[in-house]
Amino acid sequence: MRKGLDLELVGLTKRYGDTVAVHAIHHHFKPGVYACLLGPSGCGKSSTLRMIAGHETVSDGSILLGGADISHLPPAKRGTAMMFQSYALFPHLSVADNVAFSLKMKGVDAAARRTRAMDMLALVDMTKYAERLPAQLSGGQQQRVALARALITEPQILLLDEPLSALDPFLRVRMRGELKRLQRELGITFLHVTHGQDEALALADEIVVMNNAVIEQAGAARDVFNAPRTEFVARFMGGHNVIALPQGHFALRNDLTRLAPEPGARLGGRVTSVEFQGTHVAVTVIATGDQDITAFVPEHQFYADPKSPGDGVGLVWDDEALHPLSA
Amino acid sequence: MRAGNMSRHLTGWLLASPLSLVLILFLVLPIAMIVVVSFWKATEFSIIPAFSMENYDFLFGSPVTYRVFGTTIKYALIVWVFTLGIGFAVAYFLAFHVRSQTWQIALFLLCTIPFWTSNIIRMISWIPFLGRNGLANSALISMGVTEEPLDWLLYSDFSVILAFVHLYTLFMVVPIFNTMMRIDKSLIEAAYDAGATGFQTLTNVIIPLCKPGIMIGTIFVITLVMGDFVTVRFMSGSQSANVGRLIQNDIALLQYPSASATAVVLLVTVLMVIGILLRFVDIRKEL
Repeated sequence: MRKGLDLELVGLTKRYGDTVAVHAIHHHFKPGVYACLLGPSGCGKSSTLRMIAGHETVSDGSILLGGADISHLPPAKRGTAMMFQSYALFPHLSVADNVAFSLKMKGVDAAARRTRAMDMLALVDMTKYAERLPAQLSGGQQQRVALARALITEPQILLLDEPLSALDPFLRVRMRGELKRLQRELGITFLHVTHGQDEALALADEIVVMNNAVIEQAGAARDVFNAPRTEFVARFMGGHNVIALPQGHFALRNDLTRLAPEPGARLGGRVTSVEFQGTHVAVTVIATGDQDITAFVPEHQFYADPKSPGDGVGLVWDDEALHPLSA
Repeated sequence: MRAGNMSRHLTGWLLASPLSLVLILFLVLPIAMIVVVSFWKATEFSIIPAFSMENYDFLFGSPVTYRVFGTTIKYALIVWVFTLGIGFAVAYFLAFHVRSQTWQIALFLLCTIPFWTSNIIRMISWIPFLGRNGLANSALISMGVTEEPLDWLLYSDFSVILAFVHLYTLFMVVPIFNTMMRIDKSLIEAAYDAGATGFQTLTNVIIPLCKPGIMIGTIFVITLVMGDFVTVRFMSGSQSANVGRLIQNDIALLQYPSASATAVVLLVTVLMVIGILLRFVDIRKEL
């Protein structure tokens, strides 16, 4: 296992004319983590990634890798490698030549780069497709080739720009398992940009949630999910209700929200919709103060005492399940 | 079911028929006619339907034919080199350096402005420019580059090639620009990410991906130059001849069979050249 280097963003800023895409963000990525930059489109996550990769100039601030400022180096000199959203495989080159491309650019001789390329293809289990052209591969296979091509430069950090978005849902789940396995085997930092919170939760050791050009919250996947700090994070991560109580706004997980008889409940309301979702039933209640609150009721519990739209219900929860939100 | 199949069959034929008809009437028939006439005999005052190899025997027996075909191919090659160089550079600039689409379209239209006037006018406008007392010579003399006016500027291979390059470069720009616009910009980034220099990206990524466009432009330029006679006539002051001029002379003398034979040989030559070119690059994915 190779030891990775720390990646540090210091006051990193990206401006396009008057619009600020990334606003002075600070973050420290520990070596060898799988980190996800998560956020809605236009939140600045892709600009951040592209600045780290060197495909976007840094307007202000700096990027430090292992203590060295790499903000103004060309991509190939940074120790990073990027995997592009559409894979960007060279359509006129065979799989092996695609993987060996960066070695060819460095002037490595044909036999040596072929050997290295085959090693990389073995790593992603694509050896038998070495002579094919990218157009003759499926989406998942193309992605493996793109991965091998990025990894052949032995980067300290692999940058992945929405790598799974071009795949169908079934493949997406399989490929994300594979990404995780590779990251663990190589021991280098993976920085993965996505707008899918399920993807981020499944993959990431560390999640960085971005919104409106700033980092809203960063931390271990479990901490971010269990204790969202802002209303945006609570809503974006999903699985939470945002409840306005006299003491302020709180996040409350859907599965910790329970239905109860109306008298004595913390909030009263009327059921507006009931959705069966397999393991649980999502019951949406319009509660006091006109707020929509969804409770995930375990399936067997719900059918022991079924509710239908229009029924009056009460909502209860434990105090420690409430997380105060700052905005 | 059978009736349905029959009518589908019929619709297919009907849909294909207008184009086939046009092609048969205006392409296949005239060419067949030329091939037939090329075997006829002719005297100074009459044309005799026959099947004779006379015209071909004369054509292949005459050293003039080889010289003229040599000149034609020389023109085609030199013009190809220059149109390719200039055309690629222009297309590259338009596709990769001009960022805004509005500017791309504006500059592209600018390239087509010469085509708003006729071929002949564009060509003739070179004559006062290049002549013995023309603009080019007087400018060169006043700058002290030469003492005497340069004679090779006009009515020479130089002027013929200059006019060809001027007339036909756009035929190279358009298909190359078209293929360049289809290159995914992230490929350029991927090359940069892999440490390629600008020149390496050009030779390893852009040129290989532009091959179909280069090939289509090449076919345009080569067929146009090999079939031309007007440009050679005007710009060489009738001092140089290509195959087109040979045919034109025969026609002027009403020697249609001989003209036809020359035309057939030229057609076969051009088709062979295109056949060889197509062996190198598959342009089908472009069409």
